[in-house]
Amino acid sequence: MITLLIFGVLALVLVSAALGVIVSRNPVYAAMWLVLSFVTSAVLWLLIEAEFLAIVLVLVYVGAVMVLFLFVVMMLDVDVAATREGFTRYAPAGTVVAAVIVAELLSVLWLRGSGLPIAQPLASQPAGHSNTREIGLALYGSHVFEFELAAFLLLLAIVAAIMLTHRQRPGLKVQDIAAQVRVRREDRVRIVKMDAERDP
Amino acid sequence: MIAWLNNFLGFLPDPLRILAVIVAQILPLVIVLILCVAFLTYIERKVIGYMQNRIGPNRVGPRGWFQPFADVIKLLVKEVVVPSRANRFLFLVAPLLSIVPALATWAVMPLFPGYAIADIDAGLLYILALTSLSIYGVILAGWASNSKYAFLGAMRSAAQMVAYEIAMGFALVGVLMAGGSLNLGVITEAQSGGFLSWFWLPLFPLFLVYFISGVAETNRAPFDVAEGESEIVAGFHVEYSGVAFAIFFLAEYANMILIAGLTAVMFFGGWHSFLAGSWFMFLDGTPLWFLRQPSLLWLCAKIAFFLFCFLWLRATFPRYRYDQIMRLGWKVFIPVTLVWIMVEGVMIVAQVGPWSSGG
Repeated sequence: MITLLIFGVLALVLVSAALGVIVSRNPVYAAMWLVLSFVTSAVLWLLIEAEFLAIVLVLVYVGAVMVLFLFVVMMLDVDVAATREGFTRYAPAGTVVAAVIVAELLSVLWLRGSGLPIAQPLASQPAGHSNTREIGLALYGSHVFEFELAAFLLLLAIVAAIMLTHRQRPGLKVQDIAAQVRVRREDRVRIVKMDAERDP
Repeated sequence: MIAWLNNFLGFLPDPLRILAVIVAQILPLVIVLILCVAFLTYIERKVIGYMQNRIGPNRVGPRGWFQPFADVIKLLVKEVVVPSRANRFLFLVAPLLSIVPALATWAVMPLFPGYAIADIDAGLLYILALTSLSIYGVILAGWASNSKYAFLGAMRSAAQMVAYEIAMGFALVGVLMAGGSLNLGVITEAQSGGFLSWFWLPLFPLFLVYFISGVAETNRAPFDVAEGESEIVAGFHVEYSGVAFAIFFLAEYANMILIAGLTAVMFFGGWHSFLAGSWFMFLDGTPLWFLRQPSLLWLCAKIAFFLFCFLWLRATFPRYRYDQIMRLGWKVFIPVTLVWIMVEGVMIVAQVGPWSSGG
């Protein structure tokens, strides 16, 4: 009963936060609404005892991805009027996409009633069951090859992204810290031995 | 204690009782934390004062002990000025966003044997997730103030926190490999024995990386470019005054205590006793026997020591240059942690080292 109530409230918050993302005029507000919807869906995942996924959602999306989003959005000087310009032109295409998404969601609801195995409610686990350990065993046990492949692809993407954006501007003055650290006294000062002044 | 509370509040309906028991555990912790923060500011000024051959605050109350209360009263009665073109809502929400993660993380801290407010399975991940949230307060404060200085401070601090979070995360990976669990209580348990069986010894590079990254995460000197009073006035909280500023202050110090506590729990045995090893057997019959038992006392002592290190660092080092901070985070700390995780993995596979039984 209480679970259902919590679910209802959270679902309401989630939907309104998602609406906030698309209707708020200020891009920083939109980003904050998105943060709220991530956090709310994390709590929804907690409700179905997927605590590992919930915490990772907060860690990765709220803690890292959205920070970078916010970073970019704050630095952009977004012209609100310009972004609204093509609204009527893109409205038909947008409506089609929205209709497809609604149809897909409805089909999920229909699947729930159809008695297929996908529609089984999640079994609640006994106390002491470690969600994290299960996921770890699955990832590094039976699916280790796919996991490593994904990791390799991501590494490739990182290297490629860095190579694409990294450029050497000519005439840029930067310190070579390694050279600064390596410097010895002999490179900088020279001790000159001189005789004391003598009267001629 | 919890069982007693549950009995005592038995007359309440179930949901209310659970809520009441949780709040009854949270309230004392938060009050103690806030008092600690208050006196930490006093101790900081005293310690740095003596390190710089001054006396420090000594006017309010005996030896200046009431200085924190004077500060608090001053901050509470001052006006909160909201800059005219600032984004009012986010300007006022930002301090709250920075204090909430600093306090909420304490929920999983193992305070004494077998006790944490929320003894959750993925405690280490929870800590990582929540500390990564504290950045929002800083960024939003800088942006909502509508001030160039504040914005520069926010930018610096965001880049710095993102960089050091990665090193911190990798250091924690090492801890979880050694402890064989994500649960902080189990990690503490795995360090039982004298101070030589704590994780600081086998994980020494990770300990250094974690503690220094912690200093950087909390924007403390020598990594305090987000405030950088000699360059950008006061950084992200330049426009804040009164209570709003006090909350930022509270969050910074609460975060310091948190990092000190986490370092103690993950690398220095948490509530385990420093004297637990067989060398200190002779204490057993004496009135000092309780010092050999694991207790909250030891956790507090370790936290106090690391807090002193925070102050010591601040009094000793000049501020890092911004590009040097970035270099240290990305080019030194992350490779060090990666190498040490590899070393640890090899040691676990080869069954050498203290974790050969766990892992």
